[in-house]
Formats: sequence, structure tokens, C-alpha cells
Amino acid sequence: MKDIAEIRADFPLLNRHVYGRQLVYFDNGATTQKPQCVIDAVNEVYTSYNSNIHRGVHALSDKASEEYEKAREKVRSFINASKREEIIFTSGTTGSINGIAFSFGERFIRPGDEIIISHLEHHANIVPWQMMCERKGAKLRIIPINDAGEILFDEYLKLLSGKTKLVAVTQASNALGTILPVREIISAAHSAKVPVLIDGAQGIQHGVVDVTAMDCDFYVFSGHKIYGPTGIGVMYGKEEWLSDLPPYQGGGDMVENVTFEKTTYNELPFKFEAGTMNFAGAIGLGSALDYVLSIGRENIKARERELLHYATEKLSEIKELKIFGSSDKKISVVSFLLNDIHQYDTGMILDKMGIAVRTGTHCAQPVMDRFGIDGTVRASLCFYNTKEEIDILGTGIEKVITMFA
Amino acid sequence: MTINQVQDTIINEFSTFEDWMDKYNFLIDLGKELPLIDQKFKKKDYLIEGCQSKVWLHPEYNGQKITFTADSDALITRGIVTLLIKVLSDRTPDEIISSDLYFIDRIGLRQNLSPTRSNGLLSMIRQIKLYALAFQVRSKK
Repeated sequence: MKDIAEIRADFPLLNRHVYGRQLVYFDNGATTQKPQCVIDAVNEVYTSYNSNIHRGVHALSDKASEEYEKAREKVRSFINASKREEIIFTSGTTGSINGIAFSFGERFIRPGDEIIISHLEHHANIVPWQMMCERKGAKLRIIPINDAGEILFDEYLKLLSGKTKLVAVTQASNALGTILPVREIISAAHSAKVPVLIDGAQGIQHGVVDVTAMDCDFYVFSGHKIYGPTGIGVMYGKEEWLSDLPPYQGGGDMVENVTFEKTTYNELPFKFEAGTMNFAGAIGLGSALDYVLSIGRENIKARERELLHYATEKLSEIKELKIFGSSDKKISVVSFLLNDIHQYDTGMILDKMGIAVRTGTHCAQPVMDRFGIDGTVRASLCFYNTKEEIDILGTGIEKVITMFA
Repeated sequence: MTINQVQDTIINEFSTFEDWMDKYNFLIDLGKELPLIDQKFKKKDYLIEGCQSKVWLHPEYNGQKITFTADSDALITRGIVTLLIKVLSDRTPDEIISSDLYFIDRIGLRQNLSPTRSNGLLSMIRQIKLYALAFQVRSKK
């Protein structure tokens, strides 16, 4: 494995200063920085072969289409899907979930049906289902969580019933970091013949994801959270489901034949890719996945586990600090509050010290409600972060405490 | 003092700070001078939309001037609200509506606060001006 200095040198932005101080970037849960190879890949699209995909008969279009399809193959292989037809490019996790919620709702949901989600979901895995439930007269059921921020598995089993049509849960909580037992969730749902969607927005970048072994029916994630460009995401679905779902957007490229009387749809994956796709983004994502593989996903996981352990220990030493989310299975996220100091006050002062954290509800208001708080400060780390940076955060927090005491 | 005289005083005070830490310490201290809103008004009707931290603002119009009281759950925000009240409280609706709040840029608040925070600041100003407009309309009836 490359050493940390070499890894950091791959990410040009990590060198920058803010307010005259070296940047400490701890907002990776929101978006990750990009390695030079990703920036180069996107740059190359626009400098040497930009052209619309699947349309032209000319050399550039052929090249762009070929690179786009290569990126699809990279995604397929990365998540170990069995077929390229099962990989649909979207705008991101939110786009993917909205698409599935619409199509699945149109095809399968009747009044009185139920969809199960967990109390840990990001708004992107709540609101599309609420919208679908409203449209179809269905009901949303919620898996409760305990004080450590873990789902209550027995309660989940009780929610599964003949009315359940889909389970949609996150692989890991963006607000608290908890990793969910997705394999067990999927296998219980499958015993009840219920399909499962896994929101991989906070899972894909932290270890090996194998959709075949996991046996999920849908898996969605965003490119920008795994070192790829923004505006590109993936919606994986088992072919048996994707073939059966109607498209959720109509337009160019997704059709086979169009007359004013009737349109027939293109085959998978194109049925779900209406209009000009973000092919530069997809190609950049392909490059990001290559990069992650070159570092090694097991290496990333091990390094992040070490950073999480160090950060948890270090921050726990601060007596005014309370960590939210204490599961022993977590991604590298530490969500915290300092006594009764408002999270925005903390975030504002840390920012001035060059430390980028996120403050607020993290688009997971129900999680905050569960703990009776308005929000937290979240430091989300990844493999390019260092223990020295965690020490800087510790010093920053001490400073905040002094200022607001 | 006129609105602009108060603004100039604030700009002067802030010009003495060499680094942002002093500036923020000053803001935090300033928050302690905030004319606090009566608990009974600390409810949704007086909560300002668009702020990431909570801000409650209550106007009292005596037929001539509007007096504002406020509160916030974040201390830096409370300092900022205090500045706005120093400038805009105990003024006639006309004065408030026609005011040009140049001090925000001049003391580096706009660029030093994050966009969301800045939006919160803008929401506060908009709300103060909306109250002024409403009282102006009422007094002309």
C-alpha cells in the first residue's frame, strides 16, 4: 500500500489552505475529494473526445460511447453484479431512490401495502417512499433504534408481514456512522419474499461491496462520495426486477420505437437512461473505482478503522464532549456535541481553524429527534486523513470550549 | 444617533480586531447585551425561517417607532442579532425600510460567515424590513 504522504499527494485539494491554515477536511461523508486521476479522466473527456454517446456515427461518439460502457463494466465488476444490464447510471443516490420508488410504486404498490425503512435513514431514503405511499395509499413502517444508534432487529422481524412490499435501508447511517446488518435484513426479508433496496451512499466507499453475496435486490450509491465526480450515481437492480419495472423518465435513447400512438422501450440498461447521460461523470467514476482498487478496499477499511478508533479515543478524553452513535460497528464517522454549546457555534469556530466538519441534522432529522437534539457536529473521516489531523481537531474543540464556556 | 452613525460606530469597533478570533469573541460578548424576547413570544410565529440556528424576533410598535427583542440558541448568531438590533431597533418604519446596511460587509460578516449563516442573516434583515413595512401600511390607514 502507498504510504500516507503518497496517498495525500494524489489529492491536490488536500494541500490547500483556508484562512491561512492548512485545511483539515473532515466532511467526507458529505463529499470526498478527488484524486488527480479522476480530474484527469474528466478533463480528457472534454479535451479529447467529448461527443454525445450512443448517437453519432463518427469517431468521437464511438470513443465516448466505448468509454462510457467501459465505466459501466467497471461499476459492475466493482460491486460484483452479474450483468452489465443491471447497472444503471443516474444522477446520484437520491436520483436512484426516487427512480426506483416511482417505478416500483407504479408497478407493484396497492392501497394498504407497506414499505419498511429504518429510523436511521437519510431524508433521501425517506421522502421518495413517503411520496410513493401518498400516491398509492401505502404505509411506511419504521424499524426503531436503541440509544447506541443500532436498529432493533427483533422489531424489524415483527414489522415484516404479508403487507410488506419492499424493505429499503441504509448500509450505514450518515448521521451516526452505525453499520446496519444488511445481510441479515435481506435474508429475513427474502424469507418473507420481500425485495430489499440498500442505500449504499455511506457504504460503497468504506469496504468491499458484493451485491451478489449480499443478495440485495437494489443497491444505489453516489459517485462523489467515492472519490468520483459529482452528478453521477448508480442504481443496481437484479435483472428480474429491472425488466419488470416501467421506466420513470421518458426521452431519447431509452426507446426502441416511437410513434404518436405507442412507444416501445429500449432494452436494459438503456430503458432507464433517458436523455443525454452524464457520460463524463460516469467515466470519471470509472477512474475513481480504479483508484480505490489500486489502494485496495481492505487497506482502506483497515486504515479507516484505525482512524475511527483513534478519533473516538481522542475525543472521548474531552469531558465536555458527548458522542452520538456508540455501536461497535461503525464507518469512520464521529458525531458529537459539546455540553450545551450550539453545533453551529462549534462548526463556525472549527472552520476558522481550517477544520471542515458538518453541522446540523445531516439530512436525518428523525435521528436527531430520536436523541432529542437539534443537530450534531459530524467529523467524517476517510483513508487520506491522518492522526495528526485528529489531534488538530482535538485542539480546535478545546479552543471552542474555552470560547463558549 | 442615526442608523448610519450606529453603523459607523460598529465598523470602528470591529476595525480594532486583528484576527477573526477576537472578532468572534467580541460577537459572543455582544450577544449578552441582546434585549431578550419575552418567553411568551418564543414560539413558532416569531421564529425566522432560513436560519440554520434558531432565531426568534419580536417587534413592538408604539405608533412611531418599532422596538425589537430577540433570542437565538447559538451564541455567535445572538451576537449578530444584537448588532442588527443596535442598528435597527427604536426606529420608525420609514427609517428601517430605507436603511442601507453597509456595516455587514464592512465588518467582514458576510464573507466570514458561511453561506447558510449568511442567508440566516439575510432572512433576519428581510423579516425586520417586512415588519417595518407592515407597520408603515397600518399607520397610514
